[in-house]
Amino acid sequence: MNIIVCAKQVVDVSEMKIDPNTKKPILDGVPQKISDIDKNAMEEALKIKEKHGGKITVLTVGPSDAKERVKELLAMGADEGVIVTPPEKHDYYVVTSLLAEAIKKIGNYDIVLCGEASIDLFSGQVGPRLAGLLNIPQITYAQKIDAEKDKVIADRDMGDKAVTVESSYPVVITVTKEINEPRLPSLMQILAAANKPINEWNGDSLASGLTSIVDTVELKGVSMERKNIVFKDDIDESVKQLVESLVKEGLLR
Amino acid sequence: MDFSLSEEQKLFQKTIREFCERELKPISDKIDKEEYFPWELYKKMGKMGLMGMTVPQEYGGAGIDRVSYMIALEEISRVCGSTGLTIEAHNSLGIGHIYEHGSEEQRKKYLPRLTSGEAFASWALTEPNAGSDAASIQTTAVLDGDEWVINGTKQFITSGDIAEVVTVMAKTDKTKGAKGISAFIVEKDTPGFKVGQLEDKLGLRGSHTAELIFEDCRIPKENLLGEKNMGFIGAMNILDRGRTAIGAMSVGIARGALEECIEYAKQRQQFGRPISKFQAVQWKIVNMATEIDAARLLVYRAAYLEDQNVRFTKEASMAKLFASEMAMRATREAIQIFGGYGYTREYPVERYFRDIKLCEIGEGTSEVQRMVIAKQIGL
Repeated sequence: MNIIVCAKQVVDVSEMKIDPNTKKPILDGVPQKISDIDKNAMEEALKIKEKHGGKITVLTVGPSDAKERVKELLAMGADEGVIVTPPEKHDYYVVTSLLAEAIKKIGNYDIVLCGEASIDLFSGQVGPRLAGLLNIPQITYAQKIDAEKDKVIADRDMGDKAVTVESSYPVVITVTKEINEPRLPSLMQILAAANKPINEWNGDSLASGLTSIVDTVELKGVSMERKNIVFKDDIDESVKQLVESLVKEGLLR
Repeated sequence: MDFSLSEEQKLFQKTIREFCERELKPISDKIDKEEYFPWELYKKMGKMGLMGMTVPQEYGGAGIDRVSYMIALEEISRVCGSTGLTIEAHNSLGIGHIYEHGSEEQRKKYLPRLTSGEAFASWALTEPNAGSDAASIQTTAVLDGDEWVINGTKQFITSGDIAEVVTVMAKTDKTKGAKGISAFIVEKDTPGFKVGQLEDKLGLRGSHTAELIFEDCRIPKENLLGEKNMGFIGAMNILDRGRTAIGAMSVGIARGALEECIEYAKQRQQFGRPISKFQAVQWKIVNMATEIDAARLLVYRAAYLEDQNVRFTKEASMAKLFASEMAMRATREAIQIFGGYGYTREYPVERYFRDIKLCEIGEGTSEVQRMVIAKQIGL
């Protein structure tokens, strides 16, 4: 079973601050990491490999300094990494087009695994777009995957219920954060990852002339202001007042 | 000159930090309050490579460099001092002596089980009447046919009661001082070897500290570790390495306290604003942060020299001396910042304060470190 895991390098949003004057995020010096849910995709790939054998390739579209992050996934147990450098301006269309071309170039795959969305922009578009471009089935929001020899059965998280679906191979699957707990590599695996290959492909050589369709005009933090109302009266009275004001705000019916 | 960590070192740090947050932090309070010993955790640590960090992989170790080992100790101790010491004593002393001074047969026989997390190693030098004056030990080893016969009592031995293998320093030539001491490997359950009392300690309460008693304890002749009468020199070499490690442990405990203080000072409101806005509190925290960085650089320098195989006795002593005394100051200030709450067992800063005191005593007191440094700088 050959698996391609798509992983995105993102800024560690928990370390990110918003400039109080311009409301713009301060990205300078913020550490980068692999988007959390992509690690769940990686863990799922490892479980499938443990059951069926095969090879796991980690694929990312990003700058060449993503190498350090790709190494983390190699340490977890991936066999090989591919980094595709995109043109300077790139939207989902450009990124997924590059991923699709890279996947075709890698070839010979059974499953493409992605996180349901990235933790920075959280659009959730990459998986479905990839399935479209590759013209293969997709299973999104998988919270359980059972990979059998010639078909895969998965539970899709639909909020208050789960829908069980099955598909033939090849297939694109996006996973939720709840599907598993990603393993941590051992010190030995981290050392060994240094010897695993990471190929760097230039985006232009995979698909030239790609231009963004969506232009990001501005990126701004949303300001949240609290009303700071404190109910200090006796407890019964306070509860009554709290409920009343929540109803007044339209938050309770 | 380059102060940055390598890609691997950064990944070690990130991984161990995550491991500690996931596996150790939820039980660190229990380890202290209930003197709980997390056997399962150490098995997991074995799988991670934390039970034989600098031992080459051919003996089951992780084979990482000494600077990376310091990074690991800082991360573990930041969350739990007791676990930090248990790991330090096992890696630096217990395993360290067997790897550094053991024969190929001894390494192959003992190291794989010890590095896997299946079993602990311990190291016994101190005695009731031989602490700082370590060369004055009274435990003896006498060769009788094909066996060494050991008699004496060891004290304050970290993990001595739970270890499967103990390295014991004993007099083999009573006419000589330091040059009449040899090291021996004693296995648990050897007749004549028993565990005495366990210490009831101020801090590091999840780490075991035992008295070990040897009464006509007979071990095979081949359990001599290193050359006869060279054991004290070997022990001093092992202690130099251990001292850097105690420095790293101190940096970890101080950083744990610092992080608690930053979070608390931003939350705690007095006089209508967070106490972090008061210069008096800011300066305390700034001093902690600055001194932690200084101590870490001393620790890294000593570890770097170890990696280069050059002499590091002075640097190791300086790292331990400064880091442990720095962390004592930092944890004392941490309680001050927390005020009344800091004095209670509801918050972890009192634990850091109790835990760190040992780092000014164990593996050579601050006074002994100053003696060593004085000699090294020609006084």
